[in-house]
Amino acid sequence: MSGLYRTLVLALVVVLAVVAQVAVLPVVAVNGVVPNLALLVVVAAALVRGPEVGVAVGFAAGLLLDLAPPAEHVAGRWALAFVLAAILAGRVRDDARDSPLAALATVGACSFVATSVFALSGQVLGDHAVPVGQMIGVVFLALLWDVVVAPLVLPVLMRLLTRSPARELAV
Amino acid sequence: MARQRLRGGRRTAARPSLPDGERGTGFGRRQRSGSSRVVAGLMVAASVAVITVDAAGGEASPVDPVRHAVGTVVGPVETGSATAARPLREALAYFSSNRSLREEVATLSAQNSRLRTQAEQVPLDRNRLAELDGLTRTANRTGRALVAARVVGMGPMQSFSRTVTIDAGTSSGVGRDMTVLNNDGLVGRVISATASTATVLLVVDTESVVGGRLGSNLEIGFLRGRGVTADRGRLDLDLVDNAASPAQGDTVVTWGSQNGRPYVAGIPIGTVESVYSTPRELAKRAVIDPYVDFTSLDVVGVVVDEDTDGDRIVVNGRGQ
Repeated sequence: MSGLYRTLVLALVVVLAVVAQVAVLPVVAVNGVVPNLALLVVVAAALVRGPEVGVAVGFAAGLLLDLAPPAEHVAGRWALAFVLAAILAGRVRDDARDSPLAALATVGACSFVATSVFALSGQVLGDHAVPVGQMIGVVFLALLWDVVVAPLVLPVLMRLLTRSPARELAV
Repeated sequence: MARQRLRGGRRTAARPSLPDGERGTGFGRRQRSGSSRVVAGLMVAASVAVITVDAAGGEASPVDPVRHAVGTVVGPVETGSATAARPLREALAYFSSNRSLREEVATLSAQNSRLRTQAEQVPLDRNRLAELDGLTRTANRTGRALVAARVVGMGPMQSFSRTVTIDAGTSSGVGRDMTVLNNDGLVGRVISATASTATVLLVVDTESVVGGRLGSNLEIGFLRGRGVTADRGRLDLDLVDNAASPAQGDTVVTWGSQNGRPYVAGIPIGTVESVYSTPRELAKRAVIDPYVDFTSLDVVGVVVDEDTDGDRIVVNGRGQ
């Protein structure tokens, strides 16, 4: 019962993040780069719930980002990028869960890895390949955005995804 | 080992002796690392599998039906979110406008006088073109009918593709390979459509190639996007005729495809910003500054058949 409830919350958060990213956040886009909310959800899930849930959420969120309307690149590229980011976040989980600064560093590292993996997979597949200089610019702008937004969003996400204290006491 | 001792020392007081393997704690890490590695490996393999299937599938990819299904479900949600967020966008636009308004007025008044001279020449050119069209290709339709739509979703630049979602789909008569334009000029073409939304590939995308014609000497060429929609969103023009040379400030319009798909003829694209040639290549290349501002796309029109019967009003050139 509790497990189902938590899975539903997680699924809802993932869908909301992806929709907000394409429909609402372009308002604040800088050169078209927006905060990667879906990635923050993946990092939060990996930190709070551990690497297994993290990679599963990463795969699901990435695939949704690959398939949801304006996307038309080869499907699976964001999925791969997010899974690798989730593996990274899961590895440093013990250190990053309790220290805000370490969590922020994790977000930065995951953002860099995810955007770079996505960009490189595009170069390999010849799918929307852009000049390298532009690619690097986008990767760092995205990193900056994610680190700026993380302090606002990550604590909320982590509290939402963690088992509620009342429930834990009741069990 | 050392790590576990450290952790034990630090956290034991807070989280007393839970048995190993208990979920939700850091203690079972060693026990669970095997299974988490399996899950991670599985997910990486799944991602690579999806990429392979989609990349190998090409035009008839097995992923397309899934994409369509997701679009059918998520599209209306995006439309709703965009509508809900519109006041926010307008509020932000109000604040940002004050700052940039001054320079914008200067730019616009300069642009306005330039456009007025251009507009004065257009009817002449268009009449001449219509006559020629009528003579050479009677089958070709010259009239255009538009379905208006709003942009409700924009792919993040992190995805390196410049695509947007519009809130009109097959139920309004919008379908694959239709021209999308706005008041300023050519926006792009529809690459996929669900019942209520459609995805538009902008001309600035790196995958986009548009046939263009120079206004001054009617030379034809191909415009390729550079993938940027910032202030510096530019297109590269390669002319077919090596001897032809585009002039700075020259207007580029669409050349047109068979039956107006994916691009109808005569839609303004942009002006020639600069011309350059490299010793390696014979042909001259030109950089085109598009008329459309791709960062603030809102209302767009989709060129549809004149007899389209959908759930939206079809605007044609002759007043409804």
